[in-house]
Amino acid sequence: MTTDRPVPTFDDDVDGGRKLCLICSKGSLDMAYPGLILANAALGEGIETHLFFTFWGYEIIRKKTMANLQFTAVGNPASHMPALAAALPGMQALATRMMRRQIADLEVPTVPEMLDHIVAAGGHLWACRMSADMMKLKLEDLHEGVEGVIGATEFMEISAGAQTLFV
Amino acid sequence: MLTTIAGRPVHVNDEGFLTEFDEWDETVAAALAADIGVVLDEERLAVLRFVRRDYHERGTTPTLRRVSATGGFDTKRLFVLFPKKPAKKMAYVAGVPKPVGCV
Repeated sequence: MTTDRPVPTFDDDVDGGRKLCLICSKGSLDMAYPGLILANAALGEGIETHLFFTFWGYEIIRKKTMANLQFTAVGNPASHMPALAAALPGMQALATRMMRRQIADLEVPTVPEMLDHIVAAGGHLWACRMSADMMKLKLEDLHEGVEGVIGATEFMEISAGAQTLFV
Repeated sequence: MLTTIAGRPVHVNDEGFLTEFDEWDETVAAALAADIGVVLDEERLAVLRFVRRDYHERGTTPTLRRVSATGGFDTKRLFVLFPKKPAKKMAYVAGVPKPVGCV
């Protein structure tokens, strides 16, 4: 169709070969989201997206822990909480509750919901073999969307030609 | 800028997105859909009606996740109906601004 008005191309072809790999290595509530949100954004742009969960990042995909990630202000100067206060008993639970509420207020889904959405949008979830061995975990202990427990070498194959971010 | 879509005057921005909510109708939508290689059918119209209603109520274009979670449309299906960049394409054909939300 020819037209004299602007029509977005949506750059479908430009991004055709683009690929993003996110290595999720941390298991706190605050550090789970950056990777999940970037994955979600990439998928919405038609970018092939892989997430590789390693070490503490396993908390994000473990059925047992994924709905119960914690946030602590300890060792986090950006929280602006006095170090001793942050370490008081009960403070982590309080800080976690507050953060969960803030996340919900923004209508950002919970971690398990984010994973569901990423899988539905065509994202690929991978779990690190060495972490699985260390923590004595199997594929069935992980979110249903995890496609496999793979080694670092396999990850290198999967991430060939991708932009890779370590979170 | 003022232009003509499906024989009627409409306002669009530099990218071609409609800027006046009320200038949209299904005839305009069919032309917008054709622009991006999508055929407007009843299934897609149902999605677009949700996008428009949600935008009208909240003043913000719904994200893909919202169309799926709140609108009740299956995410995988949305990628089939509006390939590759469903949120932007839904917004374009629905005559609402490009979505800016993160999730």
